[in-house]
Amino acid sequence: MTESKVVLHFPPHLVDKPLIYKLSRDFNLEFNILKASVTPQEEGILVLELKGDDDNFQRAIAYLKENGVDVQALTQDINLNYELCTHCGLCVPICPVSALVKDVETDEVKFVKEKCIACELCVKVCPYNAIEVSFDV
Amino acid sequence: MTKTIQEINEKIKKGQAVVVTAEEMIEIVRKKGEKQAAKEVDVVTTGTFGPMCSSGAYINIGHTKPKIKLGGGEVYINGVEVYAGFAAVDIYIGASSLPPDDPRNKIYPGEFRYGGGHVIEELVAGKDLVLTATAYGTDCYPRKELRTLINIRDLNEAVLFNPRNCYQNYNVAVNLSDRIIYTYMGTLKPKLGNANYCSAGQLSPLLNDPYYKTIGIGTRIFLGGGTGYIAWWGTQHNPGVERSENGVPLSPAGTLAVIGDLKQMKPEWLRGTSMLGYGVTLTVGIGIPIPVLSEEIAYYTSVKDEEIYTQIVDYSKPYPQGISESLGQVNYAQLRSGKIRISNKEVPTGSLSSYVKAREIANVLKEWIKQGKFLLTEPVAKLPQAESDYKFKPLKIREV
Repeated sequence: MTESKVVLHFPPHLVDKPLIYKLSRDFNLEFNILKASVTPQEEGILVLELKGDDDNFQRAIAYLKENGVDVQALTQDINLNYELCTHCGLCVPICPVSALVKDVETDEVKFVKEKCIACELCVKVCPYNAIEVSFDV
Repeated sequence: MTKTIQEINEKIKKGQAVVVTAEEMIEIVRKKGEKQAAKEVDVVTTGTFGPMCSSGAYINIGHTKPKIKLGGGEVYINGVEVYAGFAAVDIYIGASSLPPDDPRNKIYPGEFRYGGGHVIEELVAGKDLVLTATAYGTDCYPRKELRTLINIRDLNEAVLFNPRNCYQNYNVAVNLSDRIIYTYMGTLKPKLGNANYCSAGQLSPLLNDPYYKTIGIGTRIFLGGGTGYIAWWGTQHNPGVERSENGVPLSPAGTLAVIGDLKQMKPEWLRGTSMLGYGVTLTVGIGIPIPVLSEEIAYYTSVKDEEIYTQIVDYSKPYPQGISESLGQVNYAQLRSGKIRISNKEVPTGSLSSYVKAREIANVLKEWIKQGKFLLTEPVAKLPQAESDYKFKPLKIREV
C-alpha cells in the first residue's frame, strides 16, 4: 500500500482532460484533493493525497507523466526552521490538521510533517518567518 | 525571617546565594512552605519573551565632515523611517516603523515582513545597515544629504529604550464574528476558532511580584541578553485593577519602561516580528530577579498558572470600539493545556509569548547570579502602587 501527497502541474492543453478520474477507474487509487487551481487555457496545479496498491500507484504516476503532467512529491515542501522558531505557538491553532502541535510537557512546538497538507496557512501567520516553503507551484 | 538586598549580594559575591527560577520556586514552597522557602532561597528569577511594540533604540551615529543636522530632516535605515527630531546625529528607531513604500494593509492582510523591529535585530547582530538622510542645511551644519553604511561597533551610543514592556497579565483574544480577523494578538479565526494569549504566566516578572514590592525604578534586569535597568513605570501602567486574593491582577495592570546598552545585547533575545495584517514589532527578552526578603515575597514568587486568571475579550467588535467587556475568565494552566472552553465550545489556544524562551531567560539570569556576575539592586523609587490613584485613562476627544 502506498500513501503519498503529490503536486501535479498540468500544462494548458491537459487542463480539460479527465486524468484524475482515470486514477480512480483504471488504477483503483483513492484520492483526496488538498488544493486545486485549474483554469481553462492556463496551467493547472493540483495537490492530491493518493492511496492505493504499490504497483497501481507506480503505474498511475507513470501514466500521468506519459501524458505530460509534471509530478512532484509534496513531502519536502513545508519546513519549520527551528533556528528561527521561538516556540511561541501562534501557529498551533491555525493549522487545520494538527501538523503543528505544542508538546504539553516541554512547551515546544513540533512540526509533524506526515500530517501537513501544505495549505500554507501557517506561513504568513508565523511572526518570525520560521515556516519555509521550499517548492514553487 | 527577613533579609536585606545587601545580605543577599554578599552571598552572591561569595558564590553562596541560593538562586532558583520562578518555576522551581513553586515546587519548593509546595514541599517546604513559605517560611522554610524564605530561609533557604535568596533569589527567584523570572522571564518573559513576547512581542512588545512600545520598544525602540536610540543611537548616536557620530558627526560627518562636513557636518549634517539630521534633526528636522528625514532619515531611513534599510529603508525604514527612523525618528530624527533630536540634535544633529541622534536618532530613534521605533520597533513598529515601516518603509514608506510598504503596502501596509492596502493588500489585505499586509505581511509586514520588514520594519523597525528587524532593523534593531540586524543592528544587534552586527550587520552593516544602509542609512540615508536628507537635511535642510545650516551655517554650522551645511551638509544636506547622507548615504552610508553604519555598524553598531562604530556607533557612539546604541541604547535600547522601551517605553512599555513586560505587561503584568494580558487579555485572551477571541473572535465572535463570522469573518477571520488579523490583530496584534494574531490571526483570529471566526466564531471562536481560536483563543490567543500573551503572558509567561507563572514565570512572568510582574506576576511574581504583584504589588511591586521589590521591582521598582532602578532595578537591574536581564534585557535582550545584556544587562539593563528599569527606567520608569511603563506607559499605560494601571496598578488599580481588580485582583485575586493572591494579589494577582485579573486583567492587564502594571508595565515597565526599560533601558540598556544595545551593544551588549544579542539578536536571539531581540527579534524583529511580523504580525499578519497588523504590523511590525519587536519581541523582547526580559528577566527580573526577585530577592526573597521575607515569607511574603516567598509566597508571591510561588504563584502558579492555576492561580493566575485573565479575561477573554472579543477582538471583533467590543475591543476595537473601546468597549470593555469580558466573556469570562480563564487561568494560565487552562490556556497552556492547548484548549479552553468558552460558551460550551472547546477552543484551541495559541500563544504569542514563548514559554520556552521565558524559561531559558530565567535560567540564564539564575546562572549569572550564581556565578556572581549579576548583583541585585535596591529600587531607587517605587512604581505607582495598587492602592494609589494612578490610572490608565482613555483620551477624551475634544472639539478643536
